[in-house]
Amino acid sequence: MKIGIIIQREYLTRVRKRSFLLITFLAPLFFAALMFLPALLMENSEKFDQKRTIAVRDESSMFVGKFESTDFNTFIYIDNDLDEAKNMVKEGVYDGVLYIPATMLTVPTNAEIYSTKQIPMSVTSHIRSTMKNVVEHQKLLASGIDPDIVKASATTINVQPIRMSDEDGKEKKSYGEFEFLLGMALCLIIYFVILLFGQQVMRGIIEEKTNRIIEVIISSVKPFELMMGKIIGIALVGLTQFLLWATMTIIITSVAATFLPTQDIVSTGTVMSEQIAEMSADNGGNEGLKEVFDIINSINFKDILWCFLLYFIGGYFLYSAMFAAIGAAVDNETDTQQFVTPITLLLIIPMVCSGLIANAPDSPLSIWMSMIPFTSPAAMMLRIPFGVPIWQIAVSLCILFITFITFTWLAAKVYRTGILMYGKKVSWKEIFKWIKY
Amino acid sequence: MNYLEINNVSKTYGTKKVLNDISIKVPKQSIYGLLGPNGAGKTTLIRILNQITMPDSGQVILDGKPLSPKDIANIGYLPEERGLYKKMKVGEQAIYLAQLKGMERREAEKCLRHWFIKFEIASWWDKKVEELSKGMQQKIQFIVTVIHEPKLLIFDEPFSGFDPINVNLLKHEILELRDKGATILFSTHNMASVEELCDNIMLINKGEKILEGSVYDIKQRFKNHSYDVVYRPFDGSGETRLTVSSTEPNELIRDIISKGELVSFNEILPSMNDIFINLVSSSNQ
Repeated sequence: MKIGIIIQREYLTRVRKRSFLLITFLAPLFFAALMFLPALLMENSEKFDQKRTIAVRDESSMFVGKFESTDFNTFIYIDNDLDEAKNMVKEGVYDGVLYIPATMLTVPTNAEIYSTKQIPMSVTSHIRSTMKNVVEHQKLLASGIDPDIVKASATTINVQPIRMSDEDGKEKKSYGEFEFLLGMALCLIIYFVILLFGQQVMRGIIEEKTNRIIEVIISSVKPFELMMGKIIGIALVGLTQFLLWATMTIIITSVAATFLPTQDIVSTGTVMSEQIAEMSADNGGNEGLKEVFDIINSINFKDILWCFLLYFIGGYFLYSAMFAAIGAAVDNETDTQQFVTPITLLLIIPMVCSGLIANAPDSPLSIWMSMIPFTSPAAMMLRIPFGVPIWQIAVSLCILFITFITFTWLAAKVYRTGILMYGKKVSWKEIFKWIKY
Repeated sequence: MNYLEINNVSKTYGTKKVLNDISIKVPKQSIYGLLGPNGAGKTTLIRILNQITMPDSGQVILDGKPLSPKDIANIGYLPEERGLYKKMKVGEQAIYLAQLKGMERREAEKCLRHWFIKFEIASWWDKKVEELSKGMQQKIQFIVTVIHEPKLLIFDEPFSGFDPINVNLLKHEILELRDKGATILFSTHNMASVEELCDNIMLINKGEKILEGSVYDIKQRFKNHSYDVVYRPFDGSGETRLTVSSTEPNELIRDIISKGELVSFNEILPSMNDIFINLVSSSNQ
């Protein structure tokens, strides 16, 4: 079988590349960094900040001494005129002046802060919350209520969603936040891999075209065999990569299990579970870890994995067929942009709606998005952790696979004409004409 | 016996007629020149032979049978615009291309090693293609074209990019391949190599066949009966060279030997280059 030979070449040349190993080991780190670094950095934003001195001109005299200086922000209370204070900011004596005007009413709710450089959001929010506390305290006292009573009455309410299975009526705890995060992560991953491997198909075809090896090859094999060989070969590269990632995860977890006390496994396994641990810790001290295990156990990872693989294959084939057609139509990579952008937009739609879908995974919008083949791989990933009825998955996969077969057939027509076409700027109109040939 | 016959092949792209009722017969073990200016339809014809495109009408007969997909293994094609995978190793790539032509991996490797030694390029086996010069890559492309011992070879401008030494090597190989039984279709603009190698030619322009026949016959047909004469007149005025037109060469010789001693007498035959230019420019008018 000649297609077998082609698949073999496409697969081996890519897997042997150094960049393949690099991506295999670095991508998980990259993803983790992408998801958690911004939050981590924000939390520790002060460390990246500079020291500043802020003068407080408080005409209401309510807040004197209330702003606590931190390592980076020093508050100094002054009695100068506002204009005088502003001049001192200009001269560099202070980094900013906080001006709280006296008001007719007893409680001031406005303040202004003057500076030459932008005052960070963290500082303004610190000022805001301090003022809020002081004013609220003041108001309570004025109404004759002991602020301690208000504090004592604060309560955390825990609403536990429990889903009953349609089929056997089994009850299952669901943990909205975790499933939300997991869905977001899966959606992001499937978006990335479809785009990554789909574009590899396109690049491979452009390479053959610009190399001019294409004419030699299609005198030996049918263009369709070459196109499919490339698409399948690269799909196998993707699957190999997933397999390696899965193996890596298993190895890391089992190594962690051997060297660490059992109850630490989860928190050392992934950063994500650390977050869950924190999340659950809020709900009540020592039960935190037990909850983490409950959450992990409540998710059917095996089903998620299967769905991920099926949707990856379906989505990848659909999009790579389109990318293959583009690769065949253009002469070099710079010409691809006008065709790639609309296709990428199709894939971005579910990402844009991800909040809506994950918030209400069974809403009509979510269901439609997970049925339309162009959006279904990413949209379904958002819904899967919450549990999706089997029939919906079956219908959506059927639509996806029928569409990808149709698109592969259409792409083959464009491909057959395109690969032998040189020096011609193609337009969408031209491509549709090739389909009709 | 004809190894390849093309019968009344036509092909239209959109409204442009690229090939109009083209028929040729290529005898077995001969070299057939496919000539014509750029855009004449040569590449389309070659692509039809390689089953890359299908003719709108007409038929291709190979070895007595209509052309079929399994004939891919019987055809070797060296396109004018040719290339290799830059990042792939030479040997590995040659094996891959041979496999696509239907060879077994082990057999392909054995034959390739043999050719690599013959062309004195055995040391390139593990090099990446991008490390080789253009001429070196052309050598590999030539080997890959002939490796599966096809009975029909199609060379499109095979000599472009080669230095004179390698052109000679290649000519030698092409003639040897023919002597071993291959039928060769040869498309080029290099008329000198046509005269040197081709047994028969066809000239096409704008999709129409405008000339066909053996190189000898064509030259005979287009000769204008002029002769290059050198003689030594009896009056002792030294060697004289003349170009004379005459339909009666015997008369001419008789006339010359009455005036002096004949040194040489040659018929001037038109070069293929002249025939090509004359015919194409007159058919363009």
